[in-house]
Amino acid sequence: MLTTFQMQALLTAAVWTAGLSLIAFVLGGAVGLLIAVMRVSANRVLRGIAFTYIQIVQGTPLLVMMMLAFFGLSILGFDLAPFTAASFAMVIYSSAYFGEIWRGGILAVPKTQWEAAECLALHPVQRFWLVIIPQGLRISTPPTVGFMVQIVKNTSLASVIGVAELTYTSKLINNSTFQPFIIFSVVAVLYFCMCYPLAWWSRKLEDKLNVAHR
Amino acid sequence: MSPIVKLNNVSKSFGSLHVLQGVSFDVAAGSVVAIIGRSGSGKSTALRCINGLEKINSGEITVCNHHLHHDVTRAQLRALHLDVGIVFQSYNLFPHLTVGQNIMLAPRWVRKQSKPEAREHAAEVLRKVGLAEKFDAYPEQLSGGQQQRVAIARSLAMEPKLMLFDEVTSALDPELTGEVLKVMESLARDGMTMVLVTHEMAFARGVADKIVFMHQGRVWEEGGGEMLSAPQTPELRQFVGNGL
Repeated sequence: MLTTFQMQALLTAAVWTAGLSLIAFVLGGAVGLLIAVMRVSANRVLRGIAFTYIQIVQGTPLLVMMMLAFFGLSILGFDLAPFTAASFAMVIYSSAYFGEIWRGGILAVPKTQWEAAECLALHPVQRFWLVIIPQGLRISTPPTVGFMVQIVKNTSLASVIGVAELTYTSKLINNSTFQPFIIFSVVAVLYFCMCYPLAWWSRKLEDKLNVAHR
Repeated sequence: MSPIVKLNNVSKSFGSLHVLQGVSFDVAAGSVVAIIGRSGSGKSTALRCINGLEKINSGEITVCNHHLHHDVTRAQLRALHLDVGIVFQSYNLFPHLTVGQNIMLAPRWVRKQSKPEAREHAAEVLRKVGLAEKFDAYPEQLSGGQQQRVAIARSLAMEPKLMLFDEVTSALDPELTGEVLKVMESLARDGMTMVLVTHEMAFARGVADKIVFMHQGRVWEEGGGEMLSAPQTPELRQFVGNGL
């Protein structure tokens, strides 16, 4: 069985996994919102930039982005710590997906909502941020939370650049104890414990927030 | 009284479809004008042109001293929307906001009212439409008639000089229609200038100072409520014949 020390190591690693996920949620979400807004903007150049960004990121494996962020950037002279490089890759990765998910939500808001806001003399920026965006994000809640679960699981790829998160640490312990079944079962449970609340929360939100589309 | 709305030879087409073909009529300040006509006669389009939701191709519309041509700017439209309120057939309340928030949104952000001020004002217009107790409800918790009354209250909160109603009771059953019409009647009594597109002939006859009958994109006939009892054109005769 696992020793207390090994269990502690796994729990510490789980904290790093959670931290990396949290960074992807918050910073990736912020950049993603910007991308989504650019993507539906009336400005062709902004739309084009956002579109290209999304295409490139969605067409690149996250694993490769991790290595690019760590090894690639260090060749260019940016010597990033593994965790920083992994965060960087996660933020870019999640922002492109968030951007595309939210774009769909924003476009799904009926045109009559724009009209109603316009007829109340709201400024175009106010129409967008007060009326359209809140509804667009609400519509996108289920796919958003679904993608957050993906983010948690995909942080495991940070193990390839030596971030001491859950997967990396479990491999390390397994190398010295040779109890793969036990160790990886514990790790799977730990991942599940992080993902399940998100899935549960998603269902709750769907019930609560989708009042507009019942 | 000088007209608050004046359409002068207005034309509008969607592609090759000529929806309005030289429409002219006036709305006197403080009066109620009902636009009636068959589906596709251009009545809703005429109404939407009055507050700039549709751009006109030619002619001129003057609304509360704002002049709308075919090349109206965004800033002009915004200025227009400060003076003109509209209520839609499908209510178009903001589903993510409570009734109170729906009503306070524009006064807060556009009129820059303080929160207590906007709140008091919202409560007042809600009382006017008989829904004072629904301040914290969400639109989806209300019946269609109640939602439509909230939409009227939301427009009223901006203190418009003119209110437009685009088939506001068409989606409602007779009972709910009645409660909405009652609110509109009381607005008319208070002297609000109103232009409404409607299928409610009895309401048009009872409340409107002027009725405009549109047919094939033109004003076919206009006059007071008595016009419905003594139609001059075969088209209007047929139209009211079906309804009465």
